[in-house]
Amino acid sequence: MKRRPWFLFSVLCFGFAFFYVPILSMIVYSFNESRLATVWGGFSTKWYVSLLSNRQVGAALLLSVQIALISATIATILGTMAGIALARFTRFRGRVLFTGMVTAPLVMPEVITGISSLMLFILMADWIGWPGQRGFTTITLAHITFSMVFVTTVVQARMIQSDRAIEEAAMDLGSRPWQVMWDITLPTIFPAILSGWLLAFTISLDDVVITSFTTGPGNTTLPLLIWSKVKLGVTPDINALATLTVLVVGLGVVIAGVILNRAERRRILDERLAYRSND
Amino acid sequence: MADATAPFLRIEGVSKTFGTFQAVRDVSLTITKGEIFALLGGSGCGKTTLLRMLAGFEEPTKGRIFLDGQDMTGVPPWERPVHMMFQSYALFPHMTVEKNVGYGLKHERMTAAQRADRVRDMLDLVQLSAFAQRKPHQISGGQRQRVALARALARQPKLLLLDEPLAALDKKLREQTQFELMSIQERTGVTFIVVTHDQEEAMTLADRIAVMDRGQVQQIGPPAEVYEHPATRFVANFLGSITQFTATVTATNGKETRLHVPAFGSEVIAGTLPNLVPGETLTLGLRPEKITLLRDRPDGPNVIAGEVKDLAYFGKDSLYRITLPGGDLLSVHAVNARRGGDSRPDWNDQVWLSFAPEAAILLRD
Repeated sequence: MKRRPWFLFSVLCFGFAFFYVPILSMIVYSFNESRLATVWGGFSTKWYVSLLSNRQVGAALLLSVQIALISATIATILGTMAGIALARFTRFRGRVLFTGMVTAPLVMPEVITGISSLMLFILMADWIGWPGQRGFTTITLAHITFSMVFVTTVVQARMIQSDRAIEEAAMDLGSRPWQVMWDITLPTIFPAILSGWLLAFTISLDDVVITSFTTGPGNTTLPLLIWSKVKLGVTPDINALATLTVLVVGLGVVIAGVILNRAERRRILDERLAYRSND
Repeated sequence: MADATAPFLRIEGVSKTFGTFQAVRDVSLTITKGEIFALLGGSGCGKTTLLRMLAGFEEPTKGRIFLDGQDMTGVPPWERPVHMMFQSYALFPHMTVEKNVGYGLKHERMTAAQRADRVRDMLDLVQLSAFAQRKPHQISGGQRQRVALARALARQPKLLLLDEPLAALDKKLREQTQFELMSIQERTGVTFIVVTHDQEEAMTLADRIAVMDRGQVQQIGPPAEVYEHPATRFVANFLGSITQFTATVTATNGKETRLHVPAFGSEVIAGTLPNLVPGETLTLGLRPEKITLLRDRPDGPNVIAGEVKDLAYFGKDSLYRITLPGGDLLSVHAVNARRGGDSRPDWNDQVWLSFAPEAAILLRD
């Protein structure tokens, strides 16, 4: 009995080390003076300076964010509609086919999605002359198709959980179905829509595979840029870029945690309030 | 109060089938204006389906519903002057109490000031003015129920449907809320239809009760009539408790009937049913509180010997289970009016039971 906590503790340490040692070493080496990624040549912030003055990285980041914003927004609109339809209309012609088609990209290997998107764009260019050149539009379209699924799944799950009676109550009180959708359904599933959007945004932002199939000349997103740079060998400026990314993500997680924690405390207070006012 | 020739709500031969399942079968009933009417029955008896057809969420497969002379067929829920209080209350979680109550009013032609006035009146009516700015999750279950009521009443419906209005409340709150509901109904004059599986709730709230079983209405009447004169064995069993025996008619004079009851080992005298003939077999039912329990043999008809098998002492009263000569068990309710302990029969005591002829319930089905 005495030895087991020690064993568990070492397993825990190993697990954490497995996750975080690579990231820590990357952060440490981003401050490396030496050009060689594996040789420590003293402390320096010069890679951050060179990164910030690198036009190529800036343009790639801008392109990535633009694509992610647009594709996440359109995917959220389409995905929300599909999610609501799947949760509310339990019977319609072709429902099984629709469900399958909507969720297929979830399990489809990205390479397949990428290749098939590419083929489609080439064929379409042949037949109708559009898209003439692959780039921003084609990447965005491909991102919409595969990130929509995630929104659909999240929204559908939320819809199934929500009480159907509140929609009926709104209808009973004189609202037509579209008004009910606007007044009641959308506000109650808003958290799910928001998290669906965030999911779609993140997926789009860091996608390499599908983007590399659907991109054209001169349209390099940030993940593609990193990927192409690393192919020539890991350089410290990539380390610096990755460190900044970790910083942004870490800040995001901390802020979200604080907000959630605060909301939870408020909920507990509310419950106490409700309990006290119970007469 | 109501115009006798034109009932306020008329349900005519309404049936509803879901696939092969018949939820409601050929229900016809009329409800007068200002009445509290209860639909009482177990789960799956079709009471909720009937309610949903009144609200417009389901269309009858057959039959028609008239409200205030208007045919409701094909009228969508949002155009019916009928509002519903849902069992789950179905409050809008993202709106304050005030917004919830005022939601239906945005479809009314009224100024913002009129709307605010109406909301305030409604909140006063259910005594929730102090909670107007709270969200539903910030108030208690009983308060939520009152918000749901205020919201359903805000548009001044012709008919208010209440789906198990008290089911989610605890016992103490339920009793208090029952009387509140009744007083609110009196003040507003709105016709209430209450769906419930709780017979006590139906009896205290309603002016009339329709007892439903397997999609059909078994009996309609005021609570006392349904309880004292149940039309079928189902109704007799569903409301209160009853012990039922097989009995054979030996003689009848049109006012009283002599019956042979094998379980009693003797003949008893009871009331009558139309067109009884000697030799006919029927069911005789006795409610526990209609039987007198005695230690000495009384005079008069309908005296049965028995032995105490079980007893449960509740304080103000006791419930006895008596073994009859034929071996059957009969439940008897006795009020503990006297304080002395030795006047109460104990386990295995020999006792005498008697009941008035009109206390026995005769049932044909």
